[in-house]
Amino acid sequence: MKPRFFRSIAAQIALLPAWLIVIFAYLGTIAWTIRISFTSTKVFPTYDFVGLKQYERLFATERWIISGQNLFIFGACFIIGCLIFGFLLAVFIDQKIRAESVFRTIFLYPYAMSFIVTGLVWQWTLNPTLGVQQTVRNWGWQDFTFDWLVRGDRAIYVIAIAGIWQASGLVMAILLAGLRGVDQELWKAAKVDGIPTWRVYLHIIVPMLSPMFVTATVLLATAVVKVYDLVIALTGGGPGISTEVPAKFVIDYLFNRQNVGLATAASTVMFITVLVVLAPWLYSQYFRGQRGRGA
Amino acid sequence: MKRMTKAMFGAAAMVALMVGSASAAEKAEVIHWWTSGGEAAAVQEFAAAFNAAGGEWVDAAVAGGGGDAARTAGINRIVGGNPPTAMQFNTGKQFDELVTQGLLSPLDDVADAEGWKQHINPLVLAAVTRDGKIYAAPVNIHSNIWLWYSPAALEKAGATAPKNWDEFFAAGDKLKAAGIVPVAQSGDAWTQVLTFNNVLIGAGGKDLYYKIYKDLDVDAVKSPEFKKVADIFAKLRDYTDAGMQGRQWNQATAMIVTGQAGFNFMGDWAKGEVIAAGKTPGTDVGCIPGLGNQEFWIGGDVFVFPVNKDPEATKAQKLLEKVLLSPEAQVAFNNKKGSIPVRDDVDLSKVDACAAQGIALAKAGNVVESTDILISPDVSGSFTDAIASFFSDKSKTSDDFVASIASIVEGAK
Repeated sequence: MKPRFFRSIAAQIALLPAWLIVIFAYLGTIAWTIRISFTSTKVFPTYDFVGLKQYERLFATERWIISGQNLFIFGACFIIGCLIFGFLLAVFIDQKIRAESVFRTIFLYPYAMSFIVTGLVWQWTLNPTLGVQQTVRNWGWQDFTFDWLVRGDRAIYVIAIAGIWQASGLVMAILLAGLRGVDQELWKAAKVDGIPTWRVYLHIIVPMLSPMFVTATVLLATAVVKVYDLVIALTGGGPGISTEVPAKFVIDYLFNRQNVGLATAASTVMFITVLVVLAPWLYSQYFRGQRGRGA
Repeated sequence: MKRMTKAMFGAAAMVALMVGSASAAEKAEVIHWWTSGGEAAAVQEFAAAFNAAGGEWVDAAVAGGGGDAARTAGINRIVGGNPPTAMQFNTGKQFDELVTQGLLSPLDDVADAEGWKQHINPLVLAAVTRDGKIYAAPVNIHSNIWLWYSPAALEKAGATAPKNWDEFFAAGDKLKAAGIVPVAQSGDAWTQVLTFNNVLIGAGGKDLYYKIYKDLDVDAVKSPEFKKVADIFAKLRDYTDAGMQGRQWNQATAMIVTGQAGFNFMGDWAKGEVIAAGKTPGTDVGCIPGLGNQEFWIGGDVFVFPVNKDPEATKAQKLLEKVLLSPEAQVAFNNKKGSIPVRDDVDLSKVDACAAQGIALAKAGNVVESTDILISPDVSGSFTDAIASFFSDKSKTSDDFVASIASIVEGAK
């Protein structure tokens, strides 16, 4: 009993800095942000109380509504796209192809780039007067049109495509690790039973890989919530305000537009949204799972 | 040999020490957003003047977004307690909150010694004065509402420089027919705001402009005059090209310098690009201040000097304040920047034809104060969102636009 107690004390002391950081740097600032969102703060904190005024203004602002919609469109396209594309790449590499490591490096390479670089590359590629559209027209197809980047109703999908291009490699790496862990006996058994390969993947392998998919989804989801630099580099929020995202809204109002009250209200709404979306899922993943293991 | 090496090391060390101590004395870190070719050349004039006066200019330029990024970086540092020696803002309300919080030093001692109150344009002086004290050094007067045109492109299309908006659109149609982009527009929101203000003042007039931005008069927004402005602004969308998105303002200006496009709405800093391309403003590239109703817009840039605990930095601030508004630096800087000096006791003989037009308008009292002077950054941001979202979405009608502006004006009261 004694040694275990001491071990736990030592562990607690070792964890103390981490606890302090969590309490003050994370929870403390979250609480402060929520407090500020109920004030009329412009640039410097004023501790008055204006009720839900900032929130009322927030939800009456067209740009905020568009930002929220964009986050969902981008999030859905980006996560689903990355998972599908990343899985296909992983399966492709898992076919024991020659020069596997070369392909693996190529597919993972975009992930090593910053979003700013990704954004610029795609901006130039898809700019109608410089990139793909102009090139194809120069080849002779004068009517060829691919101007999603400059169309307000499509530009957000371009951002999702650029994001998928960048992050698929990561999903591939995670899933490939999972595929390598699949017992070869299983394949042999499936072969004996005469099950087509695609069915093996879809009905046996994919369910087996579900922890890998969860990991990948969590990583991608955090990237979705904080998406900012990709939008800045690719469209700057344009055309007009059609590709605005919540993070950009917060940053703009925090500094340049000098309305910290509104910015903190926006970040509080982001925070609550994330909690609402994640809470049931986190609960089922960690708490219920633990209890099951404990029993 | 050994001794000589030693001596050389000693000398080198001494030189290093001397240089080190000299530079530590008047080192000034300056945050600004002048990064395009013409702008960088202009700010170099300030740096040279400051270095000549015994200081050391440490350039901290932050590019992008019409100053958004630089202001974000600078405000962050001031609030965080690590202020730069000086920092750029636009003339107006952008630094109000910093003044209220007592984070900026008043400049009255330097201003009195250098005769700022006698020689600086009164509207500009009022824009940097809070409660009777001067809190920023204005360095230039910029007019945002210029229409630039390429005489070569117009000639090729068989059109002439317009005098009103009907002629403008007639010329635009001819340019279109000739396969030339009528209006070179950037996709950045702030440049679309410039275009809007051009239309508002040019087609709507000074009174309407003040009613909206100063009086925040909702009835003025719903008036037929404003509807006309909205219609013209809506029509302009059809005269831009598909490459607008992702194009910077200087690239748009370059299009009329090279004759690829006919018109460009831009502030007078566009001249910096014209000059940097080796052309002459007024002849190679034409200029119209406020098409329809000729007005001179009073805006520009100022430098603020954050309160500093370091006496060395304060000394550098005083020196910089003096240098920025010295008549020589004013002329050298403004000639390259494309703006006009804030002082009236400087040599104006070297200004170009476009600036001369501006100075004449200002003398005659045909001036409007910039939106930065009239409305807060918060309200200004709402206008920017509404204007940019309307300008880049052709499915929105001018009635939609009137409604969205009306709701902003209502909310800003």
